[in-house]
Amino acid sequence: MNKSLKDIRHYFGFLPITILCLTLLYGPLIIVMIYSFNDSQSITIWGGFSLRWYEDVFFGLEAPKFKKAAFNSFSIALMAATTATTVATCAAIAMVRGGQFRGKGITFGLINLPIMVPEIVTAVATLIFFSTIGFKAGYATILVAHIAFCIPFAYLPISARLQGIDESYEEAAVDLYATRLQAFFQVLMPLMLPGIISGFLLAFVISLDDFIITNFVKGAGVETLPTAIFGAVKQGIKPNIMAISTLLLFLSIVIVTFSYLINKSGEKQ
Amino acid sequence: MSASSSHPASGKPHGVFAGLRNWLLLPSWSIICIFVLAPIAIMLVYSFLTKEFRGGVIWEFTFAAYDQFFLNRGLFGDEPVKIEWTYINIFWRSIWQALLATVICLLIGFPTAYYIATRPASTRTIWLFMVTVPYWVNLLIRTVSMKFLIRDNGPINEWLLALDMINEPIHLINTPIAVQLGLFYSYLPFMVLPLYASIERYDHSLSEAAADLYASKWFTLWHIIVPSVKPGIVAGCILVFIPSLGAFLAPDLLGGAKNFMIGSLIEEQFKGTAGNWPFGAAASMILLSAVLLVLMWYARSTSRARTKRGRGSE
Repeated sequence: MNKSLKDIRHYFGFLPITILCLTLLYGPLIIVMIYSFNDSQSITIWGGFSLRWYEDVFFGLEAPKFKKAAFNSFSIALMAATTATTVATCAAIAMVRGGQFRGKGITFGLINLPIMVPEIVTAVATLIFFSTIGFKAGYATILVAHIAFCIPFAYLPISARLQGIDESYEEAAVDLYATRLQAFFQVLMPLMLPGIISGFLLAFVISLDDFIITNFVKGAGVETLPTAIFGAVKQGIKPNIMAISTLLLFLSIVIVTFSYLINKSGEKQ
Repeated sequence: MSASSSHPASGKPHGVFAGLRNWLLLPSWSIICIFVLAPIAIMLVYSFLTKEFRGGVIWEFTFAAYDQFFLNRGLFGDEPVKIEWTYINIFWRSIWQALLATVICLLIGFPTAYYIATRPASTRTIWLFMVTVPYWVNLLIRTVSMKFLIRDNGPINEWLLALDMINEPIHLINTPIAVQLGLFYSYLPFMVLPLYASIERYDHSLSEAAADLYASKWFTLWHIIVPSVKPGIVAGCILVFIPSLGAFLAPDLLGGAKNFMIGSLIEEQFKGTAGNWPFGAAASMILLSAVLLVLMWYARSTSRARTKRGRGSE
């Protein structure tokens, strides 16, 4: 690249705005992370470094409540993401490999409906739906709602990956007398794997993240991490909340790094 | 089902999995139809039913919920009909806050996306990674972090006080500005990612050609780059505007009761003290209609852009 082209691309002031953008995105998170190690009982006065709030999260008075919520959150996210990824993989194969068919546009809209409808509207609709059919709100209603709105998030990376895979692979497999099941599990699926893993991780994070829909369909007594944190924050931000937040923050970073590495290795192939 | 799957107009479908198409689509169709589409249809019905106190409905048809949203008939319903501004104002406030958040995200997101997209390939992925991480962080945690940061006795105010830059804490919490901060903070990554995808495909030889013809850089930016990456700009704006419009966490945690947005109004009908399900359903329908209008405009503008491009290449 010659110097003049580099010069043409460069806009004065864009770097400071980029730095401002990253500062805005990370600033609040980093400050909460720092204060989660604060030894002081008051949350704004710095009293030295300590891990007491992490101890409090795991062994303190509220620990059983948060452990139960974490168990609910993770088990729901795992099941919802697995189901949504399976369903989305089937849908992606049909949409990408199914040729042109009537209703393709509508099907695409339908799969992406949960992304387009505002979350609060989905929440209200789901609550009313379960109440109408007389289904008791609780763990199962949360799980079902999460499966439905995770589907598009799993679908998008999977179908993007599948679009980049040539059809000749599975055709060659079938020409060599593989059954369709063998062609899928032994040829197509390994090629799709980076997309499937990205889709699963995205669905997992989206399920773990959800507050609004869960809050509407959870019923009394069943809490997930976000609803438990929200309930605690309503009474004021305490240091143990900051410790939980920091732990979840690290989990997010681990997941996004993992997803990024998977995609990178997928690109190299 | 097998009959419809085997013959599109162009003859038998080829491809290994084409014959299984409808079976493969069945799970996603049924889950989304039963658990998303059908509930929205039932919600529409509920918005025309009579309210029962403390939640639930009585199955009697009425326009009462929409009437309550738009009209004021006095406490006993016998006064001359006036327009009820309370809820319309909440709706307007939501639209304004969402629009403002979209504009601010665009103003910060565009230069960021452009800067990242023009980095050499080796550092570009690191920049992109850094912008992506916050998208994966729990929205509730981000909102709580923002609340902690800007509280009257939060770190920012403490530091400014300690540095003698201010005499009394800047009061931000429970103001519209705090809600705006929260919205913009929540959805900024949604703006940067589609913008980046669009700008990355931009052919910089166009800028070079413009410079050869003595166009100034800012002229080039406005008249060449921005129109070329318009699909990304529109997509980013939609991805910020729609969730901002129905946002609940930011207005609830940062805005308090005085800065209600439509999301909080709806929540109040189901989880809060108001307990008026038909009214909540009606407010949800009004919000959904607004979102559908935006999406229809988006679909029309992208299909128009596509036909324009198609004609241009002929």
